[in-house]
Amino acid sequence: MSSVSNTNSGPLLAWIDKRFPLSKMLREHATEYYAGKNFNIWYVFGVLAMVVLIIQLVTGIFLTMNYKPSAADAFASVEYIMRDVEWGWLIRYMHSTGASAFFIVVYLHMFRAMLYGSYKNPRELLWLIGMLIYVALMAEGFFGYLLPWGQMSYWGAQVIISLFGALPVIGDPLVEWIRGDYNISDITLNRFFALHVIAVPLALVMLVVMHILALHETGSNNPDGIEIKENKGPDGIPVDGVAFHPYYTAKDLVAIIVFLILFSGVVFFAPEMGGYFLEHANFEPANFLKTPVHIAPVWYFTPFYAILRAVPSKLGGVILMGSAILVLFLLPWIDRSKVKSIRYRGWGYKGALAVFAVSFVALGILGTLPAEGVYTLLARIFSFLYFAFFVYLYIYTGSEKGKPVPARLTYHG
Amino acid sequence: MIQVINRPFGIRAVTRALGILVLVLPTFAFASEGGSFMHTVKNDKTDIASLQRGARNFVNYCGGCHSAKYIRFSKLQEDLHLTEKQMTENLMFAARKTDELMKVAMPPEDAARWFGQSPPDLTLVARSRGTDWVYSFLKSFYLDPSRPTGVNNLLLPNASMPHALWQLQGLQEASFYETTEANGTVVSHFGDPAFFAKFEEIQPGKLSPEEYDQFVTDLVNFLDWAGTPEQMDRQRLGIWVIIFLVVFLIFAYLLKVEIWKDVK
Repeated sequence: MSSVSNTNSGPLLAWIDKRFPLSKMLREHATEYYAGKNFNIWYVFGVLAMVVLIIQLVTGIFLTMNYKPSAADAFASVEYIMRDVEWGWLIRYMHSTGASAFFIVVYLHMFRAMLYGSYKNPRELLWLIGMLIYVALMAEGFFGYLLPWGQMSYWGAQVIISLFGALPVIGDPLVEWIRGDYNISDITLNRFFALHVIAVPLALVMLVVMHILALHETGSNNPDGIEIKENKGPDGIPVDGVAFHPYYTAKDLVAIIVFLILFSGVVFFAPEMGGYFLEHANFEPANFLKTPVHIAPVWYFTPFYAILRAVPSKLGGVILMGSAILVLFLLPWIDRSKVKSIRYRGWGYKGALAVFAVSFVALGILGTLPAEGVYTLLARIFSFLYFAFFVYLYIYTGSEKGKPVPARLTYHG
Repeated sequence: MIQVINRPFGIRAVTRALGILVLVLPTFAFASEGGSFMHTVKNDKTDIASLQRGARNFVNYCGGCHSAKYIRFSKLQEDLHLTEKQMTENLMFAARKTDELMKVAMPPEDAARWFGQSPPDLTLVARSRGTDWVYSFLKSFYLDPSRPTGVNNLLLPNASMPHALWQLQGLQEASFYETTEANGTVVSHFGDPAFFAKFEEIQPGKLSPEEYDQFVTDLVNFLDWAGTPEQMDRQRLGIWVIIFLVVFLIFAYLLKVEIWKDVK
């Protein structure tokens, strides 16, 4: 057996290939999938998101083996995992750190798309699928955060679910329908568990497969924003492309290990990450009679939470927060510039993108702070800048003047 | 009371000496700070003797009302280097076997009737509130005749908890700054932590102030361990994981350079 499986034309592989397109798939998606040879560090976050997804799926499966999704047992079962289950603390900390790591790599991955225009023709659908992944990820994070059944789990969920109550007419019945009860209770926990461990992960995995298929259909963008398919050699291979395997598998492996070193640093030496990855108040069991003094969602929701609180009316805040996410879906049509990469775009874009990035980070910080005094004012200013970016972008890209785009990739081996 | 085991001489003795030195330091650091009741505790989770004293303190003074129900006695025995005999004679009053959890003998319904609410489990208190908070809390009880227990606390105003350690610490009064309004009325801010001035000892306890600080530090050290008992193993393993990844990184980088060398 081993003598045949190592050769490409071995009888075993031939047997499989006749029945399943194994070799064909490997060729199309790895050994003969060509990507620009000039990828920089911004291009590692997609593969890192895959790595984190796998970490979350595997550790999640092991957590469900000992976790008990009931209001009476959930908190204690998490402590049981941390203390009595062999390697339970490692599995749990990998999962809790993985949640934050997922958002870090996804935010950087999305920012990469904005740097190099990766959402532009012909990759609009790739971007839309990616946005659906992002929304699914937020749902996954939200459902998962209730499961430890700590004070922040409970009151954070209380605040977020109550947002739906701001909607006219359907608001209150909708909130009740989501909770399945008049309050967040055992019933809510049980359904959030179902959504967290099967419904949303299933959607996530399917969307990720679609995202990769869409990517491999159009081909990857690159830091120059040039289509490498337009410049093929006599053999039909893009002259500026290299095969995903072995070139990018080898390069990505380096990135994955660097990521794992940082990830291990958190898991083993700072799993609470100063109260941002695991909030201190969440080490107290949920108590519906005792409202914590300061309720803030986990850090990855705070930019949107800051926008929500910046608006004096609750309904207005909810609408604005929803728009902050929805507007991202429209990015491929808001940005009308034909030039993809920031390298060849005007200062008008470079400056605006910098302001947008600063606003997003600032809103994230403000979302963790109490909404009072100067913080509210700042949140309003940065919320304005967040939305102003998209309005400005639409107008500005109608007549953007940038630098000429070269015909070939810039690569300094 | 358990007998504290002496550790063998050598590095451990030195770390313990250092630990004691560190424990004494805060007394100097805060001696000059009037009006402050938040202290920084310098506890050392590698100091097994301190953890043992802390466990003893917990069982004797806290465990009557408070559970630490996520801790298993066997884990306590293992991590604190205790013998079966020490466990059964000194730490396990209600439990029979070491695979049991540190639950409380008092029924929660009775507790709720007696204290207004049932005393919270303390396994994770150092994690949720922080070690400094617990340390400062146990040093911030003061006489307040308006409270049913006769005492109040600056960190948890109107706490239903009595000062369980009063015999050790003694009793202290707290004075608060007063303010004068425009019309000349003097406003008392008794009990308001924002106007706290200083503590004054009314009746000395069995322990000197330094001994009491040590007692509370040991107790906090134990609670710190109780919150994250995996911390030592975690950090020890983490170093090896990262060393492995760094070595792996070197080879992965060399592989990348080798594969990419023909790309021009």
